[in-house]
Amino acid sequence: MKIVHTRRISQAFFFSMFVWFCIVSTAGDKIWQLRGWPVNLFLWLDPLEAVGTALATHTLYRPFLWAFVTIVLTIIFGRFFCGWVCPFGVLHHFVGFLSNRKKSSSQKIRLNQYRKAQCIKYFVLVVFLSLAAFPSIASTLQTGLLDPIPLVTRSFNLLLLPLADRSAGIVSATSRFYEGAWLIFAIFLAAVLLNLVIPRFYCRFICPLGALFGIIDRFAIWRIGKKQSECINCKLCESHCEGGCEPAGNIRISECVLCFNCLDGCKQHLIAYQTRPSLAGEETNPDISRRGFVISLAGGIIAAPALRLGNKLGGNWEHTIIRPPGALPEAEFLKRCIKCGQCMRVCPTNVIQPGGVVGGLENLWTPVLNCRIGSSGCQLNCVACGQVCPTAAIRPITLSEKLGTGDFARVGPIRVGTAFFDRDRCLPWAMDKPCIVCEENCPVSPKAIYTQECFNTIRDGVLTVKKVAGNLIETVEETLIAGKFATGDYYCAFEDSPRSFLRSKSGCYKIAANTENSIEVSPDGQLEKIPAAGGKIEIQVRLQRPYVDIEKCIGCGVCEHECPVSGMKAIRVSAVGETRSSDRRLLLKR
Amino acid sequence: MTDQHNEKIERRQFLIRSAKAAVSVAAAGVISAALYDKQGPKAAVVTESLVTLPDFSVPSIDGQTISIVKGPNRKATVARAVELLGGIERFIAKGDRVAIKPNVAFASSPLLGATTNPELVAEVVRLCYKAGAKKVIVTDNPINDPASCFMLSGIGKAAGGAGAVVVLPKPDHFRHTTLAGGKLIVNWPVFFEPFRKADKLIGIAPLKHHHRSGASMTMKNWYGLLGGRRNVFHQDINTIIAELAVLVKPTLVILDGTEVMVTNGPTGGSVSDLKRADTLIASSDMVAADSYGCTLLGLTASQLPYLAKAQIAGAGTTNYESLKPILADVR
Repeated sequence: MKIVHTRRISQAFFFSMFVWFCIVSTAGDKIWQLRGWPVNLFLWLDPLEAVGTALATHTLYRPFLWAFVTIVLTIIFGRFFCGWVCPFGVLHHFVGFLSNRKKSSSQKIRLNQYRKAQCIKYFVLVVFLSLAAFPSIASTLQTGLLDPIPLVTRSFNLLLLPLADRSAGIVSATSRFYEGAWLIFAIFLAAVLLNLVIPRFYCRFICPLGALFGIIDRFAIWRIGKKQSECINCKLCESHCEGGCEPAGNIRISECVLCFNCLDGCKQHLIAYQTRPSLAGEETNPDISRRGFVISLAGGIIAAPALRLGNKLGGNWEHTIIRPPGALPEAEFLKRCIKCGQCMRVCPTNVIQPGGVVGGLENLWTPVLNCRIGSSGCQLNCVACGQVCPTAAIRPITLSEKLGTGDFARVGPIRVGTAFFDRDRCLPWAMDKPCIVCEENCPVSPKAIYTQECFNTIRDGVLTVKKVAGNLIETVEETLIAGKFATGDYYCAFEDSPRSFLRSKSGCYKIAANTENSIEVSPDGQLEKIPAAGGKIEIQVRLQRPYVDIEKCIGCGVCEHECPVSGMKAIRVSAVGETRSSDRRLLLKR
Repeated sequence: MTDQHNEKIERRQFLIRSAKAAVSVAAAGVISAALYDKQGPKAAVVTESLVTLPDFSVPSIDGQTISIVKGPNRKATVARAVELLGGIERFIAKGDRVAIKPNVAFASSPLLGATTNPELVAEVVRLCYKAGAKKVIVTDNPINDPASCFMLSGIGKAAGGAGAVVVLPKPDHFRHTTLAGGKLIVNWPVFFEPFRKADKLIGIAPLKHHHRSGASMTMKNWYGLLGGRRNVFHQDINTIIAELAVLVKPTLVILDGTEVMVTNGPTGGSVSDLKRADTLIASSDMVAADSYGCTLLGLTASQLPYLAKAQIAGAGTTNYESLKPILADVR
């Protein structure tokens, strides 16, 4: 078996493994669900995220020891990850192969030649790393925007899987929705289609992870090289070169993705994977100018505070950006979140959504709770997002920490925000209609939504008594809608009866039935006080008007999800009051 | 010679091209004629074809309509309660396909009593199979995330363990229905597919406090069959519960008052919201079951307007005493 066959098997294996991990990132305990599967493996193998979070936080989070393995293997073998493991690379490799397979050798050689613009990826890398490393006060991790592993994870989990599963309903019973998926789609599609222009376009020109490997593998012990300096210069070795690294001449080690197509292509068997440098010469350093490096470094350093000029971490913070429970304080959160979308994927209720640019570019694709999407706000008895987060931007909290029980009883529950009523839209507040769906669904005990009873006279609800017979009051007006007040929520008050009388259990002057010109009140039996003919009665609606107990509300948003005033809900969660940041607290400590 | 040849080719090409053009024009004409719409869209919304839930009830037997069994062990009480009504064979025939509708509304632990007790569901499933049921499905259209609800409530596992098939609601399970004489259930989507092919339907509900309606029991349990934006019905909660009691004609309902949620309902969230009442009710008249059940919450039937409404609509009687409830104690 040739080495390229081994490479293809490896690529197929890792790609299948990646897809499998995407599928099993479903909360649950079945074999095809999350239990036990290392679904973050590719993200942890990614040294760019390890280096990025390390530069930003000055710590190396434990699972990133996997990335250490990748780095060590890269130092020994070269950019094996790009050519043998990377699932995004596999996709580019395959699409590039498909679109160019009918071209002639000379066309292929031209397609796969080295281009000066391949240095762009190094500048992308430098910008991202300087954003993460420098002025520590504004340090922000943006590698996830273009790092292929978060990018492909995001694209598969938030785009391809929901599309594929839409009709099948295998992975989730209900359709999954992701806000702003069009942008993820556009970028993914563009990255894949660019292979029609130049194979592995993304890998060669954009990929910051490839750039990092390019820098690391200058020390690689084994590398591709020629066994003698002269050859017939047929350039067949370059016809399928995936990295565009010029194996025929002065090979560019930093661009070589170890596809081994040159080894396979050379009919003279002059190319080898060996420890000694190529006899035709080699270039180990990336082809970047000092000027380009300095400009991108400076650009990154300036960009970090520039991104913060909107004061989105200060007084102008975005109250609609509600982070999942366990998320670190915003500044720390932005040093760790790699926008991979794993939390959004695993969230059983689909409430965690990819953020937009409302809170600034830094918010793009970070997890934000949107209670209008999904099956029911943030589920009380669930900590899946923190458990799956590969970088602990959302800490792996326990249920007792989330709920504030056991050891956490003193600190209380984690609040992600606070619900606020919009009394101009709420049915009992604005329209005198009974409702309190929010109260019913509030999962906190005791409930964070409570009600106060009140009786309001309805519009045109003052009527004149014509005659009273038993429980039946005939009115002069003949304008009532028959049966309208028989719902159990309407009451009849007499002109001179104090309203408190109605509230008392003994005064059950509840309307049992009505016609156009009569009202029958319950209970059966005689009225204690009979209104006189010509006197006035009032039809009142009994309302339970809801309030938020701000000391109990955890901001889960189940109320917002269930509120029947759809479109713009009558109760909405805002991030104010979230426990993760002391400067967004609302209440004084008791 | 050459010119003549060319001319011939051109003539043929012209004819071919003309034929293609003619076919294209004809095709455009045919498609236009087929799609021709003289009026444009009409104002009235065309409604979907309506379905009706089957009638799952069995003939009533005087004096065997409602049984009330005291005891702490649900397995024992439910077995006794069903036995007192004539045994499970009265309700389930050999080869029946049985649908069980527990209350799985919330994604919370069975200890909190916001959902039907999983052991109770499993025991009813076993009883059905004992009577020779061919297939038992357990299903609900919960408020919280369905998969999480069935998982966290323990009902998915318990029902599956007893041999039942758990059915999670999917969009294509809902069909529109209209209740004859109904005010609210008009052309409204209901959870239909799991019940379409069922022969029998058993409702199993926990007894819970409910701030808006007073109490959530066997009639309120059918709220889970409503699809669409069902929360709008809270504006007229009594009417919707009464209409559901008319819409759904179950074989049997079981009301679990072993541990009653007395406060903070219907979600609960703390064991302190529960109070032991050690009572389980089985009935083929759900109005009677709920009329008795509400007394365990310290209410009377007259305080729950939906009970009177359901009685007027013919769904059952609020005067459960008139049915001579069969009492038993298995403590």
